[in-house]
Amino acid sequence: MARLVLEDVCKSFRGLRAVSRASFVVEPGTIVALIGPNGAGKTTIFNLIAGVHRPDSGDIRLHARSIAGLSPDAVCGAGVGRTFQLVKPFAGLSVLENAMVGALHRERTVAGARVRATAVLERLGLADSATLAAGRLTLADRRRLEVARALATRPSLLLLDEVMAGLRPAEIDEMVAVLRGLQRDEGVTILLTEHVMRAVMALSDQIVVLHHGEVVARGTPTAVVRDPGVLACYLGEETPL
Amino acid sequence: MTRDRQRWAVGAATGMVLLVLPFIASNYVLSVATLVLYLAYVGQAWNVMMGFAGQLSLGHSLYVGVGAYAAAGLFARYGVGPWAGVWLAIALCAAMAGVIGFLAFRLRISGVHLSLLTIAFAELVRIAFDHIDGLGGPGGLFLRVAARDQIDLRAFRGPPAMYYYAMLGLAAGALAVCAALLRRRAGYYWRAIREDEVAAQAVGIDTFWWKMRAVVLSAAMTAVAGVFYAFYYNSLFPEQIFSFSRSIEIILGPVIGGLGTLMGPIVGAAALVLLGDGTTELLARAGLDVPGGKHVVYGVLLLVVTIYFPNGIWPPLARVLGFRPKRL
Repeated sequence: MARLVLEDVCKSFRGLRAVSRASFVVEPGTIVALIGPNGAGKTTIFNLIAGVHRPDSGDIRLHARSIAGLSPDAVCGAGVGRTFQLVKPFAGLSVLENAMVGALHRERTVAGARVRATAVLERLGLADSATLAAGRLTLADRRRLEVARALATRPSLLLLDEVMAGLRPAEIDEMVAVLRGLQRDEGVTILLTEHVMRAVMALSDQIVVLHHGEVVARGTPTAVVRDPGVLACYLGEETPL
Repeated sequence: MTRDRQRWAVGAATGMVLLVLPFIASNYVLSVATLVLYLAYVGQAWNVMMGFAGQLSLGHSLYVGVGAYAAAGLFARYGVGPWAGVWLAIALCAAMAGVIGFLAFRLRISGVHLSLLTIAFAELVRIAFDHIDGLGGPGGLFLRVAARDQIDLRAFRGPPAMYYYAMLGLAAGALAVCAALLRRRAGYYWRAIREDEVAAQAVGIDTFWWKMRAVVLSAAMTAVAGVFYAFYYNSLFPEQIFSFSRSIEIILGPVIGGLGTLMGPIVGAAALVLLGDGTTELLARAGLDVPGGKHVVYGVLLLVVTIYFPNGIWPPLARVLGFRPKRL
């Protein structure tokens, strides 16, 4: 099981500090939510972990091994699966083939990948759409496919970037159940960003709150939502009228 | 008839006709058929790069030309036959494709800019060959034309039927290779890269190396076509063989037939040549000499296909013939 450690990670874009000395730990087998207002640096942190960006300073470790600055495919090789906030299905390929491309990462044969992909689609409730072109799925199904494809690579850490965005409440509950099941049955460690607080509260063991690229709070869901600092960054400081 | 039977029937009938064609057809028909197979083959090769991996080359005449000059040069100057020359052709083209691919993919050049780079290299090499006097320069390189009725396999000289069967073998071989590749890891990875490169990387695909493989394989396959070209036509001019319009001719087949499909390049090449040369022939018989008439046909065909069959003519045709057009 994977333990993810971020240590004093900094990243600037043309002088703009997107992430500033971010440090937190995701313990093996837990679900951690990264929350914060728009522009707080959530997606930047995801991209730093996933190898899209290289941190200016600081270190990112998985299984005690540094993955900072590796290319995205090497990060996947190290055991990180990710989804994209703006879904990126292989639109012209079938749903099954999408999952198979992911499964081929660890499977040696195409036949093996097909078996693995079928099992993953089953788990995400996409088995009935296996032969459809991925581009023709509904948004909810495309978000599920993102998770399925990432999961097919057999990650020890799953990065989920707003997989609930745009889903209806019933679909959110389904996704929550699926993710809980993954944690329980496969021992996958999950780091997710999410705006849907209903999902965050239902899922996370820990919450990390970002504001202006800095970690301003972390703790259990119930503790974090009562934190005055967190309320301040979402609602603004209390000012006497 | 079940669809499966119908499929086999169509396939077997086509195969039989192709095999016995030299015994029943005139030399003119045979030369047209050879051209169809030639374009089907180079189209298949180009399709590996664009149709499968999504990397648009508009300079594939480069590999036909270098392949042709490599084998013809060895033969004309040193008497080395094409069976050895083809390996030099493959090695040279693979190396050039490797350089172009390395430059492009390391510098993250893609899309339109990659296409421009491929055109630039083809032009560069064309100009270079204009100045290689040992290979005839702009005046051209010529191979001795041997007696047409004797088969000399070692020097690859012989009657039209020999060239026809060689090209039939190449086209069938390319089809088999591509079909096998699509079923393997390469096929899945290339198509993933074509659909979304960022997502492909995120599932662990080293997109740089897989794109390199596609480009090098495509070039190596095209090199073989160049060797055939040299020994079939016996004359090479840089101006012609490296020209941009030759590159376009290579891509028209797969585009019209269906990008990324296995049968597309074959069906497209057949449609192009039969309609193009057919019209020219008909006009000639009617006593009309229309220069460039073939290109008008190409243009109209391309227009019709783009408007009515944006995925090429093979997918709808396949349904009619009872083939299940596999989504690739």
